[in-house]
Amino acid sequence: MTTTAETDVAASPKRFNINFGALIMEGRALVALIVIIAIFALMNDNYLSSGNLATIAKDVAFNAIIALGMLLVILKGGIDLSVGSTVGLTGAVAGNLFQGVSLPLTDAVMYPSLWVIVVIAVAVGMLVGWINGLLISRLNLAPFIVTLGMLYVGRGLTQVLLGGTNITNELRGQEGLNNEGLFAIFASYPLGVPISAWVMIALAVIFSILLTRTPFGRWLYATGSNERAAELSGVPVKRVKTRVYIFTGMCAGMVGILQIANIRSSTADLGSLYELNAIAAVVIGGAALSGGRGTVRGTIIGAFVIGFLTNGLVIVGVSPFWQTVITGAVIILAVAMDQIQQIVQRRRADARAVAQARRESEKHDDADVAEEPSDTQKVH
Amino acid sequence: MVTADTSTTSETRDTEQAGEVVLRGVNISKTYGVTRALRGVNFDVRRGEVTVLFGENGAGKSTLMKILSGVEQPTAGHLELDGEVIELASTTDAVERGISIIHQELNLNPNLKVRDNIFLGRELLSVRGINYAEQSRITREVMERLEEPISPDTYVQDLRVGQQQIVEIARALSTDARILIMDEPTSALSTTEVHVLFKIIRELKRQNVAIVYISHHLEEAIEIADRAVVFRDGELVAKEDAANIDLPWVVRTMVGREADYDFRDEPREYGDVVLSIQDVSVYDSVSEKFPVNHVSLDVREGEIVCLYGLMGAGRTELMETLAGRDKVAGGRIMLDGKDMAGRSISDRIQRGMGLVPEDRQRDGLIKLQSVGKNLSLAGLSWWVRNGLLQRGAENERVKQQIADIGVKTAGPQAPITSLSGGNAQKVVIGKMLLTDPRVLLLDEPTRGVDVGAKGEIFSLIFKQARKGLAVLFVTSDVGEALTASHRIVVMSRGHLVTEFDPREATREDVMAAAEDSTPELLSAEAPGAHATNGADG
Repeated sequence: MTTTAETDVAASPKRFNINFGALIMEGRALVALIVIIAIFALMNDNYLSSGNLATIAKDVAFNAIIALGMLLVILKGGIDLSVGSTVGLTGAVAGNLFQGVSLPLTDAVMYPSLWVIVVIAVAVGMLVGWINGLLISRLNLAPFIVTLGMLYVGRGLTQVLLGGTNITNELRGQEGLNNEGLFAIFASYPLGVPISAWVMIALAVIFSILLTRTPFGRWLYATGSNERAAELSGVPVKRVKTRVYIFTGMCAGMVGILQIANIRSSTADLGSLYELNAIAAVVIGGAALSGGRGTVRGTIIGAFVIGFLTNGLVIVGVSPFWQTVITGAVIILAVAMDQIQQIVQRRRADARAVAQARRESEKHDDADVAEEPSDTQKVH
Repeated sequence: MVTADTSTTSETRDTEQAGEVVLRGVNISKTYGVTRALRGVNFDVRRGEVTVLFGENGAGKSTLMKILSGVEQPTAGHLELDGEVIELASTTDAVERGISIIHQELNLNPNLKVRDNIFLGRELLSVRGINYAEQSRITREVMERLEEPISPDTYVQDLRVGQQQIVEIARALSTDARILIMDEPTSALSTTEVHVLFKIIRELKRQNVAIVYISHHLEEAIEIADRAVVFRDGELVAKEDAANIDLPWVVRTMVGREADYDFRDEPREYGDVVLSIQDVSVYDSVSEKFPVNHVSLDVREGEIVCLYGLMGAGRTELMETLAGRDKVAGGRIMLDGKDMAGRSISDRIQRGMGLVPEDRQRDGLIKLQSVGKNLSLAGLSWWVRNGLLQRGAENERVKQQIADIGVKTAGPQAPITSLSGGNAQKVVIGKMLLTDPRVLLLDEPTRGVDVGAKGEIFSLIFKQARKGLAVLFVTSDVGEALTASHRIVVMSRGHLVTEFDPREATREDVMAAAEDSTPELLSAEAPGAHATNGADG
């Protein structure tokens, strides 16, 4: 029992250290967020108006939902470039379902009900993710290449489905067909907060639990940190790898539905470049692109940084060209700081290890101590 | 002999004498984080002579090689070349000073011609681009010097391994190498190719090239040696002229003092057969060879079997196949009477067979996670209720395990990277023990672990064995094989060649058994019957 007491005492400062380190990592993004909000609030009175905050919340939510899916893929050490196209594709699939599906061999046109449409759209997103996942985990293809290809395939299929026009009026649904209510539900503001923000919150909670309270979460972090070691520990590495892409596909499908309700139209370019914003949010939130490190909290903060920054630049009237330059610079800055911090931490850890080794060898026996500095005199 | 006289550098080249010290290491130490790989090593390399480095894994040979070839810099001490103090900042630096290394894994580009490999990175240029004619001429010249007719225009992929090695040697010679370091040069060669290599080495000696030679095949190394240098635990423990050495001397000096643990008196009460390996062969499609060749072995409850062999004997391949990473090419693996064919790694772990891998850093540790999460990873299913981890229960068990297996750590939350080698290894072993295994496979469980922790690791293993755990562990340390097992099985070139009782066997017996086999056995054979190749010539 004495040993337990001993380790507990020793553990407490260590625990404090770790949390402190994690705090700085995520804290950095949080500090950036506060600075951004302060600067733009001073420059423009409308920035923190409830109307503008609702706009920001919606944009942040769309990005954050995608980013949560992206977080899982990045934790695994992968990347998913196809999510933006999947948003467009699921929007187009939903749009087509609202238009009605002509059944072959008959003159009948089938109109699925609203919730069937929603489920199918999300399922299409998951299907795309599943295909990505299978190609990556079973055939060992590079995630970058597979999802880049899927980016083209998804965007192309979107254009095929939409046939060069947008689907707009049909999204309202028709009385008696049981497919009304897309806007009423998926563009609503329960308690004054956009529904997409509620979805974001719900997903953030679910993904937090998934990552910290389930074996899947442990497997994911382990696989991302050291796939070989995880495999030898009995982690079903291939299943984990496939599943994360299904999650990103699911998130993209949800955003597809939310977005067509939001802009009241299914368009061919819906969701383009979403993948890049999502990756940026995950990275600003402190995740490592090499896998194994990252949190839900960080990712959400990262999405807020991007949202508040983009909106602020618009509202203070920075030219759109410079907006892009500044956003890019912020992303690079965030990653650079992360890297610098890691180098500093590693140096400290090395120094600590060497110091400990020295202490241990001094304790060990006297014969060994003669080793390093005094050796020179001893031999010659 | 050689003093610190620095004025004679260029002149000495013209009047070089065989036997003169060309390269000298003075008081070289090297520390990596917590481990001390070399401690105050002094040694000489002489012109026209072969200096052989002997030592077990982790004795410091490879660290010294890295320092000589400019890959690493010593923490303390320095090198002297022709009596002049030098610092080798990089491998290019070393090559420019005439020191070249030929690695065990050949460093050639198979898709390029011999000539282009030899001049890779230092192509001869003329106004019209690369001067291929001149490159070919020099290549031919070097090949003549080696008396090996390999055409400069052959693609390296079309050459046999032995010939590829000659290309490496040719490349070193074309850079005017005066000191040639060879790391395990014979490990991939057939007997005939070894003879060719030795002929070339003798030729190089005549040309006053100094050679540093490292090999696990002791007899071969003794045959070619002019001088022997023996390393143990990072220290140079003996220097001797080749005329005065023989195999028993080398073995004795390499192994040195006894380990401070001895489990030979442990009880031997075995239960039923847990793991039964029946005529298993493993095929490696890259080398097109059978690294494991018709191996049969039973391990019983409570029995600790040591699989002794040299590196490259097929030990790791066998272990990884048992664990389920590699497929069997023939034969069966039975766990508690059930055939494991087609079962995944996680399936085998659940049924009670897990592997503690050879390379702890690469295959054992999840470096971004805490000690606790590393420990619980393989046995997570124990703490799942309704799909969620019961983290309280998990943490309790993990804390208990840390105390049980004696990991010195600040606690479950401490980063795994804060542990020393021995403690990290205990975590990897403890992780597998938390899955409640029937048989534990350990591949080099004490590699990179200090002597004190070695004893602790074996006590831990014997404690589990007394409770009925079957253990199969791999080692290339004879001392370990003799003092920490119930039975020694020797593996050589893919075969199990013989078995010893550690209470009766001697170091020499065991080491000789591992050496004794013909290289040809590896190349062909497998599914069919055992080949009965005679001893080598």
